[in-house]
Amino acid sequence: MSMKTLIPIGPYHPLQEEPELFKLYCDGEIVTDIQWVTGYNHRGIEKLSESKTYEQVFFLVERICGICSTSHPFAFANAVEEIAGIEVTDRAKYIRSIIGELERIHSHLLWVGLAGHFLGYNTVFMWAWKYREPVLDLFEMISGNRNSYAMFKVGGVRRDIENYKIVAIRKVLDDLRKKTDLLTGAVMDDPVIHARTKGVGILTRQDVIDYAAVGPTARASGLEIDVRKDDPYAAYPLVNWKVITSKTGDVFAKAEVRLLEMYESISIIEQCLSHLEKEKEGDITVKVTEIPEGTGNGRAEAPRGEVFHFVVSDGTNSPARHKIRAPSYVNIATFKKSCIGQTIADATITLAGVDPCYCCTERMAVAYDAGSGKQIMNGRELIENSMALTKKLKSAHKERP
Amino acid sequence: MEKDPIIEKLKEEFNTSILEVTVKNQKRITVSIKPDSLPGIAGYLYKNAGFRFIIASALHTKKGFEIHYHFSRDNEGLVLNIHVILDKKDPQIESLSNMFNASNWIEREMHELFGINFLNHPNQDKLISEGNWAEGVYPYRKEFKTPEEER
Repeated sequence: MSMKTLIPIGPYHPLQEEPELFKLYCDGEIVTDIQWVTGYNHRGIEKLSESKTYEQVFFLVERICGICSTSHPFAFANAVEEIAGIEVTDRAKYIRSIIGELERIHSHLLWVGLAGHFLGYNTVFMWAWKYREPVLDLFEMISGNRNSYAMFKVGGVRRDIENYKIVAIRKVLDDLRKKTDLLTGAVMDDPVIHARTKGVGILTRQDVIDYAAVGPTARASGLEIDVRKDDPYAAYPLVNWKVITSKTGDVFAKAEVRLLEMYESISIIEQCLSHLEKEKEGDITVKVTEIPEGTGNGRAEAPRGEVFHFVVSDGTNSPARHKIRAPSYVNIATFKKSCIGQTIADATITLAGVDPCYCCTERMAVAYDAGSGKQIMNGRELIENSMALTKKLKSAHKERP
Repeated sequence: MEKDPIIEKLKEEFNTSILEVTVKNQKRITVSIKPDSLPGIAGYLYKNAGFRFIIASALHTKKGFEIHYHFSRDNEGLVLNIHVILDKKDPQIESLSNMFNASNWIEREMHELFGINFLNHPNQDKLISEGNWAEGVYPYRKEFKTPEEER
């Protein structure tokens, strides 16, 4: 006897990067359809941007996302510099890449922690967030802020990374590499994590092309797309690194891509630091006199994928039109493919697999009986449902001879 | 600047539909086309030429409504902007969502914010202001005024 159930996940929490409501339609345990409602916190940033000067827009777009707060200024700087034909100094390029990669590390660590929590591995959550802290401390040392660093401007960066700070950064990176080894080992070798994430929420290569998904979501399905490599900007063409891909397209592949990308990020930062040591301190900006008429297509690879900014300039000191596309805008739509046919317990981790930063599902998700409208399961129980499955698998694994 | 193969190809296939080609550099090309040829050209880029749809940007200008469809060929880092100008009074254009899902949300968004009608779109419901915005009021049009501004 099956019961049709509607499970809403979302919509609203101040910690959520993009508030949205997911309605999971379930037949018994199996998700049969998914719909979403967005726009609960539409801030009209594209429109606001038209009323700000180019300098001010940086602070505005930095506040689009609280976690990857530097990726939007990065793409916007690329767009405006394309319009004005500005080439920034090498030192500024290295600093930009260092900030971008430090951000990727802390964003991926945050994701690993949350994914661990959803699976019932709270130790992973504690570890990952503990290892994330020193990275945020580095940001505080470099920029004065743990988040929203205000490092970018047209023609360069606002603050230098002086040589004496490089020693401290290297030390944190050395520690981090060991911690990442530990974390990667714990996640990749755990048979229960394999059981919970392998073959779950699969996106095929064709799905990814159809939905134009980007970032780790696309790379986990075997598409080698990364703006840092394809359309090189900042210091990425000046250092050695490789694009990480995986083939299977399930949640495990997404975790694998993110964990291995952290090693690449550490390596990029270390190379950039070596270059910084050779350069003259303080040479971080070029003079910008005017932004001429024209259009600019700015791209940057955020932790979640390609950020795209389209800026139209009419020759005044503020953009005539500023279109912004964040990576989750295309990645979230893939749930239509990845969630259907999954159990509710697996849907939780599938939704998290794309890293849409909904940190607070437990506060928001409530399951209703679709017929009577009676609540049958709240958010905490949903996550407990997912954790219970892990627990069951764990004990089953132990019992195996 | 040497001639770009993709532009040659487009000119060969859709000669009468192409109005203007602007090559900024090898990685940034804008092609202005007639609106009714959009499905053909977008289909060619997506199916035959290996392009990925990034997003579309609508603009409200003196010429009317303009849309830039941004396509990317990732292995070259090329961003190809397909530019159309739509009628001021009754802006409408064929939807691309039946070809690829990636344009579904952005077309809904442009319909909602600019009032551009996408023909044969599977679902043009409001995307970002469901249930709390007046019908027929388009906030990203230039003539739009907030209640404070109108006072």
